[in-house]
Amino acid sequence: MTNESYVKIVTEWDIVAARQLGRNLAKELGFGSVDQARITTAISELARNIYLYAEEGHIYIERIDHVGKSGMKVVAKDPGPGISDIRKVMEDGFSTSGGLGAGLPGVKRLMDDFDIVSNMGEGTEITVVKWLR
Amino acid sequence: MQIQRIPILKLYNCLLVSIQLELDDQTALQFQEDLLNKIHTTGARGVVIDLTSVEVIDSFIAKILGDVINMSKLMGARVVLTGIQPAVAITLIELGIELREVHTALDLEKGLEKLQQELGGSR
Repeated sequence: MTNESYVKIVTEWDIVAARQLGRNLAKELGFGSVDQARITTAISELARNIYLYAEEGHIYIERIDHVGKSGMKVVAKDPGPGISDIRKVMEDGFSTSGGLGAGLPGVKRLMDDFDIVSNMGEGTEITVVKWLR
Repeated sequence: MQIQRIPILKLYNCLLVSIQLELDDQTALQFQEDLLNKIHTTGARGVVIDLTSVEVIDSFIAKILGDVINMSKLMGARVVLTGIQPAVAITLIELGIELREVHTALDLEKGLEKLQQELGGSR
């Protein structure tokens, strides 16, 4: 069963739209309130990264089923500049935007699976999954 | 979409704020400005920001909150955050956000008590 939804991220209002979509699906799938907050916050951070660094991109959200487990998959995809040093952005406290530096390591901690693919000049695709317990 | 305004109530020498809407960036920034203006016009010495109805605080909103607390301090007003939900507390720490030196209380009532103690009970 795949029913994928997506939000195009261009303005800061789209960040709110993306996390509302995420929260609704998380609720629907039966995630508890803490996991709902984790998923919603992770989506918010990913959408904000797109808004800040890539100017535009998409957040795709879908339910996934895998060997008896169900979960929620979120993909953040942008055609932006790409990340030159992935290891560096995965270090706690690293931020180029002068924010709090929570960024990607924080998103990784909030979710169960985390995968990032980025090529300079081609864009970035981050995939995160939260499994239902 | 338009910017929403968060009501700020005056109670004796304190200001009361209950955030009951989904915070977007612009609303949060507008609130920052509104609160500082209200402190300026009322001469309030304490502020309670109640977050009972807030379901998500991401790094941006956390930064805005942290900033407004420090800005209020510069203007001579103490801020106490109250009602942070368990899910929000867990998420903030996992995300790696520490609101250092921020005064907090379980609920609005305890937050007001805390403020009155710190302000020496003077009304």
